[in-house]
Amino acid sequence: MDLAFTPEERAFADEVRAYVRANLPADVRDKVASGKHLTRDDHMRWQQALGRKGWLVYTWPKKHGGPGFTPAQRYIFENVCAEENAPGIVPFGTKMVGPVIYTFASDELKQKHLPSIREGKMWWCQGYSEPGSGSDLASLRTRAERQGDHYVVNGSKTWNTLGHWADWIFCLVRTDPKAKPQEGISFLLIDMKTPGITVKPIVMVDGGHEVNEIFFDNVKVPVTNLVGKEGEGWTYAKFLLANERLGIAAVPQSKRGVEALKDIARAELDGGKPLIENTGFREKIADLELQVTALEYTELRVLSAMAQGDAPGAEASGLKIRGSEIQQRITELTLEAVGEYAAPYLPGLLWQGSNEAPVGPEYAHLAAPRYFNTRKTTIYGGSNEIQKGIISKMVLGL
Amino acid sequence: MDLSYSDEQKALQEGVERFVREKYVFDTRRKIAASERGWLPDNWAQFAELGWLGMSFSEDDGGLGGGALETSILMEQFGKGLVLEPFLPTVVLGGGLLAAGGSAAQKQALLAPMIEGKKQFALAWLERQSRYNLADVSLKATKEGAGWSLSGHKGVVYNAASADTIFVLARTSGGARDEKGLTLFAVDGKAKGLSRRDYPTQDSLRASELTLDKVSVGADAVVGAVDGAFPLVEGTVDRAIVALCAEAVGCMDAINAATLEYIKTRKQFGVPIGKFQVLQHRMVDCFTNAQEARSMALMAALKIDDADATVRAKAASGAKVQIGKSGKFCGQSAVQMHGGMGVTDELSVSHYFKRLTMIDLMFGNQQHHLTRYSNLAMAA
Repeated sequence: MDLAFTPEERAFADEVRAYVRANLPADVRDKVASGKHLTRDDHMRWQQALGRKGWLVYTWPKKHGGPGFTPAQRYIFENVCAEENAPGIVPFGTKMVGPVIYTFASDELKQKHLPSIREGKMWWCQGYSEPGSGSDLASLRTRAERQGDHYVVNGSKTWNTLGHWADWIFCLVRTDPKAKPQEGISFLLIDMKTPGITVKPIVMVDGGHEVNEIFFDNVKVPVTNLVGKEGEGWTYAKFLLANERLGIAAVPQSKRGVEALKDIARAELDGGKPLIENTGFREKIADLELQVTALEYTELRVLSAMAQGDAPGAEASGLKIRGSEIQQRITELTLEAVGEYAAPYLPGLLWQGSNEAPVGPEYAHLAAPRYFNTRKTTIYGGSNEIQKGIISKMVLGL
Repeated sequence: MDLSYSDEQKALQEGVERFVREKYVFDTRRKIAASERGWLPDNWAQFAELGWLGMSFSEDDGGLGGGALETSILMEQFGKGLVLEPFLPTVVLGGGLLAAGGSAAQKQALLAPMIEGKKQFALAWLERQSRYNLADVSLKATKEGAGWSLSGHKGVVYNAASADTIFVLARTSGGARDEKGLTLFAVDGKAKGLSRRDYPTQDSLRASELTLDKVSVGADAVVGAVDGAFPLVEGTVDRAIVALCAEAVGCMDAINAATLEYIKTRKQFGVPIGKFQVLQHRMVDCFTNAQEARSMALMAALKIDDADATVRAKAASGAKVQIGKSGKFCGQSAVQMHGGMGVTDELSVSHYFKRLTMIDLMFGNQQHHLTRYSNLAMAA
C-alpha cells in the first residue's frame, strides 16, 4: 500500500495537464470557472479534443479502444481536468451506453457506434424513467412491438437530460408485456431523427431547461438496433446503473466546489472582516472539506478494489449517497455565504448568456439557482432512499 | 393563560383564508408574478377595503387597534398562498417605521393614505457589505441648508419600484458600523438623483438596487431622531421578522400538505410510496418541524411588544432560528419526497421551497440569529 504517486504517475499528471492547457478552448474554460452554463458546441469542442487524444473514454479498457488507465491514472485524469476547469464529460455515451455496447451488443452495433462515442461525435441521451416509473423502474411501460424487421415503439420517457441536443437515445422498452416485469424489458438504441419522436422541455426549479419528456408515437426502429438479447434489458440496465453510480460521486468537482466556496467566503464581508474569519462559518467549511476527504478516500478504495478485478458493486451506492449530499452541502454553504444578494433572479444572464451585469458579484446570482437545482442529485440515478435500500439488502443482508 | 384566537381574530383568519383560496390558485399566482408590477392593484384595494392594511395600527394612527398577532394571522395565510402583494415592505416595515417613529405630520401624510391603500413603501437598509448587520451602513447624508443630501448605494430593496416612499437608512455621523449616527429618511420614490435597477427575485417578488446621487430632502424627511435611527429600525425589523416567521409557518403547512397528499397517491412498487417507512418517518419529522415553527412564531408574536428590549430581540431571533431550521427541513424534504417532480417549476412545491429559502436569508439567517440570540441570552 502506498499513497504517494510513482514517478510515472507524476509524469502522467504533467502530461494530462499539458494536454488540457493546450487543448481546452479558453472560452469554455472561463465559462466553467465562473459557473456559467455551456452550449452543446462548448461540450462538443472539449469532448472532441479529448477524443483526438483517445481520452474521452478514459474509463474504457484498451481492447475497446480506451486508454486502459489504471485506477490511479483515472483519479489523476479526473482531478487534473477538474483543477484546470474542464467541463465534466457528458456521461451518456462515454460512461453509460458505451460500456453496455462493448459488453453486450452485436459486432455490427459496436462498429457503428463505438468509434463515434470515442471521438465525441455523437450526442447520446438516456430513456429510462417514465412518468409512472421512477424509483420502480422495472414497472416501465413504453412498448416496443416486433413487426417484421422493426420494432414499433409507443410510450413516453421522462427526466431525459439534454435530449434536445441528442443524436441518439438508448431506451429501456417493454418487448414482452406478459413476462415478469424485469424479464420483459429490452435495451434499444433509437436515432432521435426517427419520425414519431417528440421532445418536450421540462422547466426546472431554477427556470432552466435541461431535462425533457420524450414521446414515442409509432416510432419504427430496426431490430438490429436491439442490444444483446430481447428480454435481457434489465441486466444491461443494472450494469449501466452500477457504472453510473461510480462517476456520480463527483469528488474532483466537489473539491473544486469547496475551493470556490473558500474564495467566496474570503471575498464576502461580515462586520467589516472577511466572512472566512467568522469561526462558525469557517468550521462549517472545514467540516465540509473533511466530508469530501472521507468520500475521496472511499472512492480510492473502490477504485483500488476494481483494479484487483472486482466489479463496482454496492460500495458504489455509498459513494452516490455521500457524493450527492456533499454536492448539496456545497451549494447550501455557498448560498449562506452570499446572503441576501442571492435574491436577485437574472434569467437572461443565467440562461441566455446575455451581457447584462450581475447584481453584486458574479457568483452571487448563481448561488440560489445552483442550490435549488442541486436538490436533484439525491433524486436522480436512483434516489438516495433507493440506494440505501440496495445497501441494506446487498451489503448488510437486511 | 389562553392561546386561542378571539372571535375577531378567527373572523380575520377565515377572511384571509377565503381570499387566498379564491384569489391565489397557483396558476393565478403564476400570472400575477409575470405581470408588470408583480402584484395586483385590485388585490391591494381589497386588502384596504377589508381593513387589513390598518389592522395592526392603533386607532389613534387610523388603524383598527390590532397588533402583532393580527399581522401574523394575515401573514400565515399569505404564506399558504405565496401571496405576492407587498404587505411586508409596505405595511409591516414602512407602516411600522412610521407608527413607531413618525411625527404626527408624517403619519398624516404617509401612514393614513397607506392604510387606505393609496401609498406603497419600501425599506432601503442593506448595502453590498452589510450582510445582516443593520448598522453596517455607509450611504451618507450630509447637511444641505435646512435639509439633507443623500448619496450612496442600497441593495435588494423589496418593492422599491412600486414604492411612493422609500425609507432610506443613512449615516449622518460615526464610523462604518456604529449603531449611533444613523438617520432614517423618507425619500420620494421619484426623487431627483435616485436611480433604480429593478429585477425579480428567486421567489418571484420584486426588488431593486438603488443609487442615490445627491438626493435632496427637507428636514421634515427625517423619521425619528437624527443619529438615532438604529433602535427604530432594529425594532421594526424585529417585528418584520415575526411577520416573516408567520409567513413561513403558512408555507410549511402548505408544502407539508402537498407532500403528504403526494406520498399518499404516488404509487411505486405497487403501493403508495407513503407506505415506505423511510418516507413515513421523514413526513413525521416534517410535521414536527412545522409544529415547532408554529410554536416559536406564536411565542415571538406574543413577546414582540414586551416592555423589555432584550425580551423582544430574543423572541424575534429565537423564532427566526427555528424558522430557518424547520423551513429548510420541510422544503428540502418536500422536494426529495416528490422526486423529480419536486425540482420542476410546474408544481407549487418548488415555489414554496424557494420562498422558505429566501425567508431564511432575509434579515439574518439561522446562523446570524443563533449568534444574536446567544449573545443576548448568555450576557451576564
